[in-house]
Amino acid sequence: MAKAIEGYWNDLRGTKVWRSVFRSGAGSSNLHRSLAVQQNIFLHLASVKMRRRSLAFSVTWYLGTLTLATFITLTGSGILLMLYYHPSVPQAYADMKDLQFVVSAGVFLRNLHRWSAHAMVFLVFAHMFKVFYRGAYRPPREFNWVIGVILLLVTLFLSYTGYLLPWDQLAFWAITVGSNIMSAVPVLGAKLRFLMLGGNTVNANALLRFYVLHCVILPLLAALFIAVHFWRIRKDGGLYTGKAETHG
Amino acid sequence: MEQNEKAPQDKPSRQKPDEVTRRESFIKLGLGSVAVAGCGAAVFGYEFLSPNVLYEPSPIANLGKPDRFPPDSVTPDPVAGVYIIHAAEGLYALSATCTHLGCFTAWKPELGIIACPCHGSKFNRLGIKIDGPAPRPLPRLKVWVNDEGDLLVDRSTIAPPDQFVRT
Repeated sequence: MAKAIEGYWNDLRGTKVWRSVFRSGAGSSNLHRSLAVQQNIFLHLASVKMRRRSLAFSVTWYLGTLTLATFITLTGSGILLMLYYHPSVPQAYADMKDLQFVVSAGVFLRNLHRWSAHAMVFLVFAHMFKVFYRGAYRPPREFNWVIGVILLLVTLFLSYTGYLLPWDQLAFWAITVGSNIMSAVPVLGAKLRFLMLGGNTVNANALLRFYVLHCVILPLLAALFIAVHFWRIRKDGGLYTGKAETHG
Repeated sequence: MEQNEKAPQDKPSRQKPDEVTRRESFIKLGLGSVAVAGCGAAVFGYEFLSPNVLYEPSPIANLGKPDRFPPDSVTPDPVAGVYIIHAAEGLYALSATCTHLGCFTAWKPELGIIACPCHGSKFNRLGIKIDGPAPRPLPRLKVWVNDEGDLLVDRSTIAPPDQFVRT
């Protein structure tokens, strides 16, 4: 049975259609395996070879991967929540309540989104602590630390902008306080607050602006910098394993 | 620079050291245009992001007849977001928005103070801070009586502390 499946699998990999998609072709040589990674748009961000030790749990505790998993979960559940949510003052709160009590599986998706968001912020910090205390930020990986700090800020802004969208008392006052903290920026503070809220108070414009930031601008920024972050792992010689490394 | 390096040594360069080539001047022109366009985009971007019309409540609110407020009393008006205080000298209004981070404060009649629920700032009925992180006293707002005899407050205008509406 297993033999038969393997046979079908190998036949499939030999077909013209398969070869048109995966040009590297079937084969278990190092070259074939390397090409399979290198010629795949999703896999080419990763190295074609890595140290076996870098896959050990103790090296990373898989915190970066888990952060990516929460980001993917958030993107998926967030897109589904967008189908029932109108970012307008009369509807936002009612839509949030509908998601909890009326929409099938709405409460599951909303809670999934909420808990994943908390988990993502926690995991980002945990990942950064792990990287910091292991010294994995040191050259040649110092620039990837900088990308990581940008991703931390994007994560926090995603969290902050998402906080307003339920449009309840907690959201309103949290954003009022947060936007007033922003106006403490020297010289530009009050202007920045006005531009971010699209007005002087947390109102319809602020809700719409936060919605666009939360659903479009910040996720795109996050995806862009995540791609750079992963690509840099390869460019900086793979994951830091803690063993003596040689750099050419 | 690259061109100079590749130029054969026996062929003297016809270009004088301080002469600007056509290519260089075009590059400068191009970069200059990009810089001008960038400044323009920044200005247009800023203008686009600043709303020209705001559908926000008017800063002037009607508080009703002045005799609503008995002598020696503090009356919160949660809709207008102000306190109307009837002191011995007359009526004045305080903003109910905390000067710390903009939370809505509450009048505590049992303590005779104004308290902010967010970070614990406390003010007396003159708006002066008693406790907490608020950096400034609660601003006194301009109040006056219009022709119909209604008390009006302008939440965008700060009044001097010696201004009262006599009743």
